[in-house]
Amino acid sequence: MTKPQNVSVDNKRTVDFAVAIGGAAGQGIATPGNILARIFARRGLHLNAYNAYQSLIRGGHTFLTIRASDAPVLNMGDALDVMVALNQDTMDRHLGIMPVGSSVIYDEAKITPNDTPDGVQLCPLPIKELVGRNKLAANTVAVAVVLNMLGIELDDLADALERIFSRKGAEVVESNREIAERGYEYAAANFDAFTFAAPRLSKGLAVVTGNEAAGMGALAAGVKFYAAYPMSPSTGVLMYIAQHARKLGVMVRQVEDEIGVMNMVVGAAHAGCRAMTATSGGGFALMTEAVGMSGMLETPVVCIDVQRAGPATGVPTKTEQGDLWQILGAGQGDYPKFVVAPRSQADIFNTIPELFNLTDCYQCPGLMLTDLLISEGTATVDPDELDWQPNINRGEMIFPNGDVNANDNPYGGYNDDAYLRYENTESGISPRAVPGVPGHIHVAASDEHDEDGTLISDEFTNPHKRRMMVEKRARKMETSIDAVEPPQLIGVSDAVATLVGFGSTWGVNVEAIEKLESVDEIIVNQLHIKWIVPFHVDVVTSILESSNKIIIVENNYSGQFARYLRSETGIKADAFIRKYDGEPFMPHHIVDGVKAILGGETELYVPTHEIMV
Amino acid sequence: MTITATPISKQFTGNQVVSLDTIPLSNVEVTRDSFKGKIDPDWCPGCGDFGVLTAMQKALSELGKQPHQVITISGIGCSSNLPGFINTYGMHTLHGRALAVATGMKMANHEMTVMVTGGDGDGFGIGGNHLMHTMRRNVDLTYVVMDNQIYGLTTGQTSPTSRLGHQTKSTPEGNIENPINPVPLAMVGGATFVARAFSGQQAHLVDILKQAINHTGFSIVDVFSPCVTYNKDNTYKWFKSRVRKLEDENHDPTDFHAALDKGYEWGEEIPIGVFWKREDLPALHQLEPVLDEGGPLAYRNLGLSKEQSDQLMSEMM
Repeated sequence: MTKPQNVSVDNKRTVDFAVAIGGAAGQGIATPGNILARIFARRGLHLNAYNAYQSLIRGGHTFLTIRASDAPVLNMGDALDVMVALNQDTMDRHLGIMPVGSSVIYDEAKITPNDTPDGVQLCPLPIKELVGRNKLAANTVAVAVVLNMLGIELDDLADALERIFSRKGAEVVESNREIAERGYEYAAANFDAFTFAAPRLSKGLAVVTGNEAAGMGALAAGVKFYAAYPMSPSTGVLMYIAQHARKLGVMVRQVEDEIGVMNMVVGAAHAGCRAMTATSGGGFALMTEAVGMSGMLETPVVCIDVQRAGPATGVPTKTEQGDLWQILGAGQGDYPKFVVAPRSQADIFNTIPELFNLTDCYQCPGLMLTDLLISEGTATVDPDELDWQPNINRGEMIFPNGDVNANDNPYGGYNDDAYLRYENTESGISPRAVPGVPGHIHVAASDEHDEDGTLISDEFTNPHKRRMMVEKRARKMETSIDAVEPPQLIGVSDAVATLVGFGSTWGVNVEAIEKLESVDEIIVNQLHIKWIVPFHVDVVTSILESSNKIIIVENNYSGQFARYLRSETGIKADAFIRKYDGEPFMPHHIVDGVKAILGGETELYVPTHEIMV
Repeated sequence: MTITATPISKQFTGNQVVSLDTIPLSNVEVTRDSFKGKIDPDWCPGCGDFGVLTAMQKALSELGKQPHQVITISGIGCSSNLPGFINTYGMHTLHGRALAVATGMKMANHEMTVMVTGGDGDGFGIGGNHLMHTMRRNVDLTYVVMDNQIYGLTTGQTSPTSRLGHQTKSTPEGNIENPINPVPLAMVGGATFVARAFSGQQAHLVDILKQAINHTGFSIVDVFSPCVTYNKDNTYKWFKSRVRKLEDENHDPTDFHAALDKGYEWGEEIPIGVFWKREDLPALHQLEPVLDEGGPLAYRNLGLSKEQSDQLMSEMM
């Protein structure tokens, strides 16, 4: 097996390296991971981090990869430069994949390397001597060694230790600082540093997970009510918002189940709040009846489905794009909705306010599809990319504004009959009064109803009225296609093939295309789909009709997006690259797939994940 | 007639607190008729739910509530059609989910009086999980269960409160499952106002509903509301000969154990009235610091100040 390499294809990229930390859950991988990520980002380096972990709290195997560069990093990459092995298991699993020029750092007293590949530098550390009495500081040593080999000044680490350990007191900070210094000096004296040094750029970057980005985006959008039931990998949104809720006047409720969650969200949204939740496929399954109610009541709600590998409980800590049809078919009956699949952490942030504006204006549910890869995955974001004061458009709403005068207001007194909540307007959008406004009393009914909210489902069933209301709700969406940005072809138009994907595969496709061009001189372009409903059928069709070969890349078994594309456009793709082992695509998986497909070897390429996590 | 909606940016300026109390009221005097809905009930003639609807309208008007300050939220079932028959804001939600929707509503606008209506199947069957958690949270809702011990809208199947031996379309040989007794269930579940009433005793029902609405916290009133079409066992006559008012026998509704004993009494005599209440526990909205000031969440300004967003951003740097 030839080991894949990270290839620097961007001219502005001078460094591109990846650090991995592996051990058992509970060994404290998160802390050194966070320290490294913050140090890189503060220097202005871009990074992308992916943590492969298992559904247990102690033990098992956890493998965190942090890839950094002075140019944007869109995925975990193909190769590692440094591996910190915190236990023997990590060493045994991954030493074999380390490429020439890489280094492996470990505690010489506890871990033994077997069958070291040629060209790999072993960096055994006398941890016991270096940490002295502070046995908790072994990871601090490892971080110091990594930084030394990357040419990063020790001061950066001292700052980070101060931030992380200050809560535990000056003594702990000082002890860690001393230990870091010893580790740093030990590395300088005993190990070869890399041939490059990590630069320091002028502008520091922020480090966010997609779940944090979702929480941040929700706060920027004006979410006042967030309810959820904990479910991996979506729980990070709940935790982020809960942490900031009281200070920012946001109500957070942890509910008894996801059925309760979505019904509570609908209740709060009906009251007039921007209300939201996030879950994963299993929770979304429980929510779907109430999502349909949001469609019927024309009460806007936003829900994120952070996909994990299904079905049923599936693989709770692994990624997949397997919920597309679940989202498309959520709830019984026909009702309008938005479905959007952002491509990155920053995109999640900026899309949430946009989705709220759309759902408020069109009075229907807005569903966001992300996945474990980008929602739990960490990336740097340029603060200027994030719009914290987005335009807020609530559409046609009627709030109590203190101007309601019983004497001269046509809806004053108790003449509520004048107001039709579900007025059959030309646009299909009916002005929405929130409860508490005099003169606008109405019933919002999940049964089919007349313009004034009267139930027509039972005694008053009337086929003409039913048809009118179905068409009214559907008509709302006629203009929605113009409200969402059409997809654009990324790359040259006369490529030999077009990679088509949705959501989180954008970043890995971008890099695979760069690699194909720079290494193999194969020119491929990409059509990335973000807005799934409404779907830009005309734009997509026109782009794909001139494609030489359509290859659909997606993280599921059955080709859910391929089927959706075909159902909407009639276009049948030429070939497919799919992965459904729980782990995300790495760039070389796509590269290998494109080459196999172009070489006529197969129409369906399923890469094998080399890293055993 | 067209309605021009005002964009929110024009409605809320500065830090103005919008509250139900600041909205000018109509000069029209509130009477029972103020709560009369747009359409007449479509229940079977003689249905117990008529009495409950009338009692709710009386209770709300006698308490001086303004119709626009009240919202009635129901699930699905015969009795859950009630929001259409009463002139308050209303939501007709999903089967079993009224309490969850109502909790979201109450927390988003804690100044509204939130009534929840439904049947025994809706509340104690499919909605059982939400009932348990709404009670322990002590959400300030008034939950009126029209308990007819049968699934009426689906034409007569057994319900969680159907008595042992009850012959229904789904238990033609008689029900073999023990029924739920809502009174002790609610007491043990943490409801802070627990009452039972009978649709056939109007004045008593109105009085209990007024107490329940005035109670700050979760109040539940289990109302015997006979299904004249599908329940031939538990009829008006059956209840009339059995119900006995707790108010007539010096029951102390602050004595938990006595109330629990009374709650379990079921036979030739069935007690109705206020079994249990406690005023010392704050309701959920009173415990939520976010609601301490600024009026209902639903009416507040959206978005973050530059200062707030800079702080959030700095945490990520």
